[in-house]
Amino acid sequence: MSTTEPLGDLLRELVPQVLGVLLRRYGGFEECEDAVQEALLAAATQWPAEGVPRSPRSWLVTVASRRLVDQVRSEQARRRREVTAAAREAPHAGLAPAPGDGSPSDQDDALVLLFLCCHPALTPASQVALTLHAVGGLSATEVARAFLVPEATMAPRISRAKQRIKAVGASFTMPSAQEWAGRLDAVLHVLYLIFNEGYTTSSGPDLHRGELTAEAIRLARMAHRSLPNDGEVAGLLSLMLLTDARRAARTGPDGDLVPLAEQDRDRWDAAMIEEGTALVTDAMSASPLGPYQLQAAIAALHVQAPRAGDTDWEQIRILYGILTRIAPNPMVTLNHAVAVAMTRGPQAGLELLESLDGDPRIARHHRLHAVRAHLQELAGEYAAATENYRLAARRTTSLPEQRYLRDRVHRCTDSAPDVPGPLLDLPSSASSGKRSGG
Amino acid sequence: MKFLLNLYLHAADLPGEGFDHEEFLAAARQAGELISAHAFADPSISAVARARDGVVTVTEGPYLQTSDHVVGQYVVDCESRARAVELATLIAGGQLGGVEIRPLMDSAGMEM
Repeated sequence: MSTTEPLGDLLRELVPQVLGVLLRRYGGFEECEDAVQEALLAAATQWPAEGVPRSPRSWLVTVASRRLVDQVRSEQARRRREVTAAAREAPHAGLAPAPGDGSPSDQDDALVLLFLCCHPALTPASQVALTLHAVGGLSATEVARAFLVPEATMAPRISRAKQRIKAVGASFTMPSAQEWAGRLDAVLHVLYLIFNEGYTTSSGPDLHRGELTAEAIRLARMAHRSLPNDGEVAGLLSLMLLTDARRAARTGPDGDLVPLAEQDRDRWDAAMIEEGTALVTDAMSASPLGPYQLQAAIAALHVQAPRAGDTDWEQIRILYGILTRIAPNPMVTLNHAVAVAMTRGPQAGLELLESLDGDPRIARHHRLHAVRAHLQELAGEYAAATENYRLAARRTTSLPEQRYLRDRVHRCTDSAPDVPGPLLDLPSSASSGKRSGG
Repeated sequence: MKFLLNLYLHAADLPGEGFDHEEFLAAARQAGELISAHAFADPSISAVARARDGVVTVTEGPYLQTSDHVVGQYVVDCESRARAVELATLIAGGQLGGVEIRPLMDSAGMEM
């Protein structure tokens, strides 16, 4: 489906609402979802020619319902042909209104749909695919293109996810109070995965993937509208905005990755920074602290600095300390070590990294080698830094990261003094020790 | 994450015998993880092109004479290395010497 904006925006905004109505009226996730996709396709072909109907939402509900009824009828006809003529008439099983058919708001529908698509019975990859398809309204082709896999690979992933939802008997209802926190975590994690998938590629031949960040932000906004008082939902939306704000500056003209400290800050998106900063500031003053809020707060500190040298590393170090306490994970420790190095000198950062050497989750990961190399470079230990950059370049599976790491190897080799000199005496705020690229 | 599964066979073995990948194919297809599949012809009928100082030579036969060679490849898209290994174990039986799980490079990256 290649709907032209803004028609595509309008359609996709309506997807969760229309699917919500159908699910409450008829039940049967797989069937309803198929019917909505067909209605979307019909709208994408008819509306540009015939004009957008006065109530696009009821148009879609009507068309989707008709498709659903047709589907059920032809399914019944097929069954009738298969069994003997004496077989009893199949009741309109799929068409009975679901019990407790109230009229919750569209916003609740969108949220319930997110919970359903991020059901714990699915693998994260299936949750991601199904969320983009059923809540985001992307066709299987579009999801496949965004993930750089053939449609023949993606379509079964989506349909198996739908079958799984049906098999475990997941219903179109809000999770119970006991389940709530865990289920919301799953939703936020899926939105975060979608965002990251898009963020890692924002230029070159993979532009389609970049659209995923926009989609993730749209879905996070939707979740935030449904749960305006949840600090972590706000935190995630803020983190996405503050990260995406740097998009234009994070790749050079050749698609090379530009590290944060060397980015042209004039190219950062001021409106996104303002919105993201306001979101996380409000959230942190009104809600219990959580990992997304903390990461957003750290992102805000980075983008608030007019120059890399003005970055408030002390505050960042404190926030990473808290993050390590409430949501420990080796990637957090890596970033924490950088902040420690920037405030207490590279040796202190390197000491913190040693705690990761015995952690099988990250001991062989290229990021550990890259961070170690970076801190060794700051400390003037060029030979060791070269070795670790080299190791990182070998172990990364990302082409642009590999290019970046190769450049660092060359840079360190050029910097290495012929005769070993004394270690650099870095000031306690080591940001000035960060040399510009060259 | 995309992975190449390289299927190795002892060069002395008769090609193509005893392969049963039904279970792997069913699992990878249904989960939406299988991207492509290739069975290789015997390396004895390969040719190798080389260019040194502007001089191009073409020789008959494989690039490397080894005791094991690749007889086929699958490309899968999995959410983790562990899952790719799990899929590989479904093939790694019968005559095969082993299955190598080789990550593919991604055109995406994060700034450091």
